[in-house]
Amino acid sequence: MTATPALVPAMAPVTRSAASMAEDVVLDVEDLSVSFVSPQGIVPAAREVSFEVRRGETLAMVGESGSGKSVTSLAILRLTPPAPQCRIEGRVRLRAGDRRVHDLLALPEARMRELRGSAAAMVFQEPMTSLNPVHKIGDQIAEAVRFHSALSKRGALDRAAELLDLVGIPDVRRRMSSYPHQLSGGMRQRVMIAIALSCEPVLLIADEPTTALDVTIQAQILELLHDLQQRTQMALLFITHNLGVVAEIADRVIVMYAGRVVEEAAVLPLFKRPLMPYTQGLLRSVPRLDLAGRRCDELAAIPGNVPDPLALPPGCSFAPRCAHRVPELCDARVPLLEGAGAEHFVRCARWASLAEGAPP
Amino acid sequence: MGSFLARRVGQAGVLLLIVSIIGFSILHLAPGGPLSQFAATGDMTQEDLDRVARQMGLDRPLPVQYAEWLWRLLQGDWGVSYRDKQPVLRVIGSHLGATLELMLSSTLLAMMIGCWIGVLGAIRRYSVFDTLATVGAMIALSIPTFWFGLVVIYVFSVGLGWLPAGNRYTIGDGSWSDRLHHLIGPCIVLALVSTAVWSRYMRSSMLDVINHDYIRTARSKGIPERRILFQHAVRNALLPMITIAGLHLPTLLSGALVTETVFTWPGMGRLFLDSIGYRDYPTVMGILMFTAMLVLLGSLLADLLYGVADPRIRTA
Ligand SMILES: Nc1ncnc2c1ncn2[C@@H]1O[C@H](COP(=O)(O)OP(=O)(O)OP(=O)(O)O)[C@@H](O)[C@H]1O
Ligand code: SF4
Ligand SMILES: [Mg+2]
Repeated sequence: MTATPALVPAMAPVTRSAASMAEDVVLDVEDLSVSFVSPQGIVPAAREVSFEVRRGETLAMVGESGSGKSVTSLAILRLTPPAPQCRIEGRVRLRAGDRRVHDLLALPEARMRELRGSAAAMVFQEPMTSLNPVHKIGDQIAEAVRFHSALSKRGALDRAAELLDLVGIPDVRRRMSSYPHQLSGGMRQRVMIAIALSCEPVLLIADEPTTALDVTIQAQILELLHDLQQRTQMALLFITHNLGVVAEIADRVIVMYAGRVVEEAAVLPLFKRPLMPYTQGLLRSVPRLDLAGRRCDELAAIPGNVPDPLALPPGCSFAPRCAHRVPELCDARVPLLEGAGAEHFVRCARWASLAEGAPP
Repeated sequence: MGSFLARRVGQAGVLLLIVSIIGFSILHLAPGGPLSQFAATGDMTQEDLDRVARQMGLDRPLPVQYAEWLWRLLQGDWGVSYRDKQPVLRVIGSHLGATLELMLSSTLLAMMIGCWIGVLGAIRRYSVFDTLATVGAMIALSIPTFWFGLVVIYVFSVGLGWLPAGNRYTIGDGSWSDRLHHLIGPCIVLALVSTAVWSRYMRSSMLDVINHDYIRTARSKGIPERRILFQHAVRNALLPMITIAGLHLPTLLSGALVTETVFTWPGMGRLFLDSIGYRDYPTVMGILMFTAMLVLLGSLLADLLYGVADPRIRTA
């Protein structure tokens, strides 16, 4: 696997050219920044976020509430609010099924629409409200199919039934003409997954698809996503709060804090040897880390609060809550995302000296 | 469903009773009475008047008169008009068509235009169009219907001569085009307030719907924006409009009353005012009860229709 280079927008010219987007990279996000214009000022919700997701790979994105996970994922598909209210910068490239690379942020809206729902699809955080209450389930799935294929209405409905079966919904024939309110949260999320998978996307973004569901349903949905990924080799960007889920599903992990990537690593190294004090805090807040994922605790135990996005610290965003803070080092400027071994990146001014003290 | 209907009918009964008591009291406590018509002519002595009052039963205490009126109404006897000497129901029936024609046509006009303005205003929020629509609606809501009716008559009938100044049709000409020609003025006048009301409610309903998660889902499917708006957003935004229609009915009726007066439109509104002037107690009470029932029926219909239109209620 190729490593993600350090993210230094102002300094080194580390932009990767189209040629360097490796064959197996499906999604390449470079220096993606998203900001909202609010009456109080400009809210930087995501700042110079870079990562890539490869074919058949699951990249987990973790971080506390408000760290910019949803905003980042919505910006990739250009589903954030329109221009004056929301600004997106950076580059997002997607290698579609036909191997062609699309520069998503530069595409005209009509071209973007062709890719949305077909090459790249998304499952949202809120299964209870993400389906249209006045349309039948079958029609809502078939709608996506019809707009991206040459299938007739009949054909699209048949495909919808097939998809419902694929995501494990019993009694498909009846469910096709059900309305969303007649389904449980878990069933609705399966329908959302069916919609997302309807055109066999190369990239699926799942934004906390299981957070709103109870634990047994969570496990079923995760298994479903895993099976589907095995079958289609799609790239999966999986956003979650839940480290238990990360351990279970992810190949690699990026940790977000206050809109920035603060650590990136393969799942085992990250769990074994987290370098960023924030990540360490997250892992410590899980009482017993069981890689089989039986303990699923929310990330809550780090003292202090997420910084106000309107008044971010000038240096390390985590500094106000960090036990290892050394003002001269940490507050002077934003630490760089530095390489710390194979495929391991960390944004902390003191990671090297902290790592020395700790066992490897 | 059965218990829902039973409850609604029960509530309606209580409401109608209250309306009838208040209406009856105000009507009978107002100065003057049916006899002042005779008294005004001057050729009746006080004795004659007392005799007539006794014959009409007007000399008895008010509660007794009310009880008798109510007892008869419950048996289906709406009384006889003092003025026309016709059964009240027949008098109402002969004026109902004109009122319904006016109300339905203006509602249709107001809904079509108002909903469009609301939808466009919502999707181009704070645009020039939206601002104009907002200001326009505020003006429309604050213009008295009476005054607006007179302006329309003054400009389009008196000034330009484009529209007839009143009535439902030209005597001796009952053709469709003639009736339509007569309908234009009152229809527009009555539709003004409704259009403003519809546009405001539709706008806020659209704005509410547009921010729902399922609209984002529709976008994530890559379907065209037009389809998102009309298949997904407007469909949902129209649902609360059914309730608004029910709530708007009384306003519409009182607007019709004023409009009919201005345009000498031979509907229930004018009949009502004429009957009050004549102290035609049975007719006034009849119209009062009839319109109250109409309003209650309208809101019941709106609720039932909502249940049909919204699958969450239909299949619950
Ligand atoms: N439409 C918007 N307008 C203004 N600010 C917004 C908007 N959407 C999100 N934000 C801000 O962007 C920041 C990141 O929000 P985001 O939804 O991405 O967090 P998240 O990491 O997904 O959190 P959660 O785990 O709760 O889903 C927050 O500070 C939020 O207030
Ligand atoms: S840079 Fe300093 S404050 Fe920030 S995480 Fe590292 S040690 Fe803590
Ligand atoms: Mg989120």
